[in-house]
Amino acid sequence: MQDPQRLPERVNGDGWLVHRGRFVDTTFLLEVGDQGYLIRILDGRVESVRPGPFVMARWSFAIRVQEEAWAEYCQPYPKPGYHDILAMVKFKTLKLEGDQHPLMANLLYFKDVLVKLRETI
Amino acid sequence: MTEAIFEPVIGRYLRLDLLGEPHRLYIEEAGQGIPLLCLHTAGSDSRQYRALLNDAELLKEYRVIAFDLPWHGKTSPPPGWQNREYKLTSQAYTDIIMTVCEALGLDQPVVMGCSIGGRIVLHLALEHASHFRAIIGLQSGAHVEPYYDLQWLHRPDVQGGETCAGIVSGLVGPAAPDDGRWETLWHYMQGGPGIFKGDLHFYTVDGDIRDRVAEINTELCPVYLLSGDYDYSCTADDTRALGRLIKGTEITIMPGVGHFPMSEDPDGFLQYLWPVLEKIRHAEARP
Repeated sequence: MQDPQRLPERVNGDGWLVHRGRFVDTTFLLEVGDQGYLIRILDGRVESVRPGPFVMARWSFAIRVQEEAWAEYCQPYPKPGYHDILAMVKFKTLKLEGDQHPLMANLLYFKDVLVKLRETI
Repeated sequence: MTEAIFEPVIGRYLRLDLLGEPHRLYIEEAGQGIPLLCLHTAGSDSRQYRALLNDAELLKEYRVIAFDLPWHGKTSPPPGWQNREYKLTSQAYTDIIMTVCEALGLDQPVVMGCSIGGRIVLHLALEHASHFRAIIGLQSGAHVEPYYDLQWLHRPDVQGGETCAGIVSGLVGPAAPDDGRWETLWHYMQGGPGIFKGDLHFYTVDGDIRDRVAEINTELCPVYLLSGDYDYSCTADDTRALGRLIKGTEITIMPGVGHFPMSEDPDGFLQYLWPVLEKIRHAEARP
C-alpha cells in the first residue's frame, strides 16, 4: 500500500483534482487498522497528513478500514468488493463515521483523492 | 457542405395516461423484428441503451425500444409534481410497462431491465408471463438491503447530481472504458431531485420479491440473468441465489463488469447478450 503521507505530492500535483475540491476545507481521519492519519484539506489541496497516535484528535469524518481490506483496495486492480469505499461499506470492511457532509457533498473528489493511494501498474 | 449523419434511432413522445394522469412519455426505438423493450436503472434514463439502439446486427432481428420512466430523462413528471414526493412502487412500475406495451401494440416482446428494471422483470414474469416471449434481468436480484444512508441522495445542502454520481461511481466495473463510465455517470448527474432515491423505494422496500420468485415458471416465460461481478449493489452471488430459486434460469456472470453493463461497456456487454438473444430468437414460438 502507498504511504498516506505521500498524498500531498500525489493530489496537489493534479490540478484538475484540486480544482474539483476547491470548496473543501476539512480535516478527516483515515484509520487503517490501528494506524490513524489526520488529513487536512484546504481549497482542494492536501495541506498535511499527520500520523497518530493523537491526543484529543479533532476531525469532521472518519474512514476506518480493516488493514487487509485496505491493502486490497490499494492494488492496481482490486478484487470485487474492495475496489470502492462504498463497496467496502456494504461488505462491512470499512466504516464511515462522524459528520459526513463534507465527504458526501464532494464524494467524487474524495474517492479520487483516496485512489491516489492505489499502486499503479 | 458536410453531410448530416443521423443514427437509426427515432425518438418520439407518446401521449398516454399513466396511473390515471396524462403524460408525454419519451420513447426511442430502432430496428425491426422481435420487440425488445429495455428498462433503464434507478435514477437514469433510456440513454443507457444507446449502443443497443445503434447495433446494426441487433437491429436486423430486433425492434429495440427504450423509454424514459415518468420523472426521468425527457419524460417530465405529471402536473402537480412540485407538491409530492416521488416514490416508485411495484404496482406503479408494472402498470407503466404494461400500459406502454399495450399502447405500442407489442406482440410478445422480450423485456430486458437493469437493476430496478432487472427486479421488475421478475414481477412481470410472475404476473404477466403470457405477455412476454422472455425476460432478461441485468444485475437482477430479489432484494437489496440499503447499505448507505439514502438521505444523502436528496437534500438541498448537497448537489444531488454529483452526489448520486458519486454514490454509483464504484458500481461501474473496472473493465469499462472511460467514455462509457463517464457517460453513465453523466446520466446520474442529470437526474431530477429525489428521483434516484424515489426509485430506490421500489428497489429496497416495496419491490422485495424474495418469497415469490420460486413461483416463476420459466416454461411459460424463459428467464435469462446476466450480472457483472463488480456490482456490489446486486452482487453476482445475489444473481446466483436468484438462479437457484427460479428453476430453469440461465445465468451469465460477466467478469470486470459492474452495475450498468449496457451503458458502461456496451461493446463488451453485446458479446454476452447476443448469444442470449439468438437463443430467444430461435426458440419455438409459443402456441
